[in-house]
Amino acid sequence: MIDDDSAQPESTAPEAADRRRVVSASVTLGVAVGVTALSFGLAAVSAGASVWQACVLSFFTFTGASQFSAMSVVGAGGSAVAAFGGAALLAVRNFVYGLALAGRVSVDDDGRRLSLGRRLIAAHFVIDETTAMTTTQLNPRLARTAFWVTALSLFITWNLGTLVGALAGSVLDTQALGFDAAFPAAFLAMLPPHLRTRQGRFAALTGAVVCVALTPFVPVGVAILVAVVGVLFGVRP
Amino acid sequence: MSNTTLWWLIAVLSITAYGLKAFGFVLAGGRRMPAVVERCLALIPAALLAALVAKDTFTVAQDVVVDARLAGVVVAGAAVWRRAPFIAVVALAMAATAVVRAVA
Repeated sequence: MIDDDSAQPESTAPEAADRRRVVSASVTLGVAVGVTALSFGLAAVSAGASVWQACVLSFFTFTGASQFSAMSVVGAGGSAVAAFGGAALLAVRNFVYGLALAGRVSVDDDGRRLSLGRRLIAAHFVIDETTAMTTTQLNPRLARTAFWVTALSLFITWNLGTLVGALAGSVLDTQALGFDAAFPAAFLAMLPPHLRTRQGRFAALTGAVVCVALTPFVPVGVAILVAVVGVLFGVRP
Repeated sequence: MSNTTLWWLIAVLSITAYGLKAFGFVLAGGRRMPAVVERCLALIPAALLAALVAKDTFTVAQDVVVDARLAGVVVAGAAVWRRAPFIAVVALAMAATAVVRAVA
């Protein structure tokens, strides 16, 4: 297996201060994401999921944009296939993250490959936040610390936040309180990192225009799938 | 959507999401894809998230509408622009929508 990072020296143990800094940044991110999970729980329940369904989704799917996307289509009255399609397309980026993280995370501090069982567990945590925290650490040991601390802190806060948000959503009048606006606001808040390049901005604009233009003519949720044509801006460098 | 269908959706989506993560991390890890494929895959979130914003702002089922949600999204856009934290973006959008609904 080709591993881009195998050429990097397996550097000396990082300073304790560096490790503390990484742990603290990872835990802080976990808390911030827990707050996002609150809004997911609220939004999922307002879209028609039960508290239990919102929690199972967060535990086993564990990738926020896909979860929001599936619930958004469900809430709009789309079919399960349409809801699945958009969410699955968004999850394709986790595959790309997996490629990038494998070399950094699937070995231990002595350079030995983790057991298959451990790698299969680690795979569940291959998401936006762990990828960002891991790939910004150049020291391989700190990168692994960042991955695992971010993974565990997010997994805990994401599931707790979902539960609390869903419980709150199930006792409140979601329509009067404007909870339906939680969906577009959440997607908008996730968008900026993807707009840094010109291609990203064109893809986003195309996706939005195609989606609204097609909505009257195709089953609910299908316009989201067609909007993925925006990625064709990536064909040319 | 029936409760049973929603459970099926949750199950199939969970298996798919895990499969994609594990496929990249455990099986294909470290390999590179053709540059054109990488560039296109990297644009999926931009296209889909923007489409989802548009759908959840301007559509109800198959109808294109302008309603109180637009106020929420405009406020959310301003909050994102000012780099407000995620929860503030969502809370402001909900509040603006609720206010417009209460007034209208």
